Amino acid sequence: MTVARAATESPAAGAPSSDTLAVETTGLTKRFGDQLVVDNLDLSVPRGSVFGFLGPNGSGKTTTIRMLLGLAFPSAGRVRLLGRALPGSTAEALTSVGAVIEGPAFYPYLSGRDNLVRLDSVGPKPRSGPGSGTGRADQGKRIDEALERVGLAGAAGKRTRAYSLGMKQRLALASTLVRPVELLVLDEPTNGLDPQGTREVRNLVRKLAADGITVFLSSHLLSEVEHVCTHAAVLFNGRTVAQGTLPELREAQRATLRVETPDLAEAMATLRATPGIGLVQQADDEATQANSTVLHAELLGAAPDDVNAALVRAGVRVRALHTVQPTLEDLFVALTGEGFDVAQ
Amino acid sequence: MLRSELGLTFGRMRTRGLLLVVAAIPALLALAVRLSGGPDGGHGPTFLDQVSRNGVFAALAGLTVVIPFFLPLAVSVVAGDTIAGEASQGTLRYLLVRPVGRTRLILSKFVTAVVFCLVSALAVALTGLLVGWALFPVGSVVTLSGTTIGAWDGIYRSLGAATLVGASMIGLVSIGVLISTFTESPVGAIAATAGIAILSQILGAIPQLESIHFLLFTQEWMSFGDLMRTPVMWDNIIENLILQACWTSVFLLAAWARMTTRDVLG
Repeated sequence: MTVARAATESPAAGAPSSDTLAVETTGLTKRFGDQLVVDNLDLSVPRGSVFGFLGPNGSGKTTTIRMLLGLAFPSAGRVRLLGRALPGSTAEALTSVGAVIEGPAFYPYLSGRDNLVRLDSVGPKPRSGPGSGTGRADQGKRIDEALERVGLAGAAGKRTRAYSLGMKQRLALASTLVRPVELLVLDEPTNGLDPQGTREVRNLVRKLAADGITVFLSSHLLSEVEHVCTHAAVLFNGRTVAQGTLPELREAQRATLRVETPDLAEAMATLRATPGIGLVQQADDEATQANSTVLHAELLGAAPDDVNAALVRAGVRVRALHTVQPTLEDLFVALTGEGFDVAQ
Repeated sequence: MLRSELGLTFGRMRTRGLLLVVAAIPALLALAVRLSGGPDGGHGPTFLDQVSRNGVFAALAGLTVVIPFFLPLAVSVVAGDTIAGEASQGTLRYLLVRPVGRTRLILSKFVTAVVFCLVSALAVALTGLLVGWALFPVGSVVTLSGTTIGAWDGIYRSLGAATLVGASMIGLVSIGVLISTFTESPVGAIAATAGIAILSQILGAIPQLESIHFLLFTQEWMSFGDLMRTPVMWDNIIENLILQACWTSVFLLAAWARMTTRDVLG
């Protein structure tokens, strides 16, 4: 389990203090009755990162997010949010947090705009920040700008009862943009969005991250995480099975050398004899042409060009050769299993 | 928070509908008396037989009719919905992360529901006075003690009675808010709250249970009528207010304790 080791080592390496962490949990545990939903979770979300929070359904993601935001109380362990300890300083910390939690939720009998007014009016006065002004006086302006940013300006007067899921998702995003924040917690923000909407959200996340806002993004769309995130953690059965920067996580998975050749036996023998090559397997279902075979060789330090030279020297006819970088999905499946069963 | 809460509650069609229904009752009563042509003597609720002689009594008769059932039902709708309604919509979690403190949330919800009690009771009295003034002569008011007071005095006392009726509902509001913190089903909370109001009145009507009657929050609901005596008999009115204060302190405290320690998962 190289990955698990990488996870425990990475916080120690930089020894980040809580000032450089937007979210920090130590030993976070949540029990419902005798069911352990979150088990001794240590999360470190660096400030300024776009942090992907991954895990199969039922792995404890949403329960963790609820504890991070002070909605649920941990059975054990500590949470620090923007450098402040929960639950003592929940209100102070949350003032600088915007969140979309487990899908959008609105007053169906209010218009989209009135929903944002309601949410903005009940909270504390917005703190000063870059860009738009602050205070109650410019509330209308701030809300209009937020609606504009998510493309809802035209439908702002409609009751949210009549909104599609995608529109509600956009409105929920707009509600987090009404005032300046330091941390955005987004739980499945592209759920129900059309492809354009998904792209817009991705661009929005990038833009916000460029402004220095930390984004905590829970998602089951691995490609989405791969596209926008700098860091990620994988949750399984309430535990982190991997955590670190995206390159760190990719390294934990070994790259594979894919060799296509008609000379199966010789190629197999040569590859097995080459130093720095791990397991060699025949991939029966991948042959692209008649009388050729595809081999997958685990790269354990051998350089692909050296391997190619060795194969040619041994008289193996190589039809194609390239390295396959592991995707996040490979890592995800390797860590959480291939099955279709919901965890727990 | 409180201003937003009041705006949300009273801006809602449902709340306005409830107010309209409750306020329609004294109007219907007065109309019925007018159409049936004159006093009936002895039948119907207190004050009703006096309506045809003096329109001011339409307000008091209206209060007497709404207090056992219609008003508690309307109050249950508002009080039972306070937290459960937000929870079932999912807006509760968004309020809490805004952040709205849990204590502040429950207090604003409670105060809003109390304001609704007062507004609906005053709506009953005001429509009663208006319709009574339109359909019947308005003049000096004969009190329950048999003395006569001026028409304006009678009107002031009717509005005072409405305020007392509104205040009589505060205990029920606290019960509704407490139940509302336990469920994500607003309908369930509303039904349970209304059920408790009815149950309490049934218990209050069983003579064998007289020893516990002084504990029931519904027991002195009719005490507002004592305002129409000369001099005013304050004993039962004060007893009612103390009763409401006791029920409120217990149940509101329980609701606060529940709200500040619960996990919000819905």
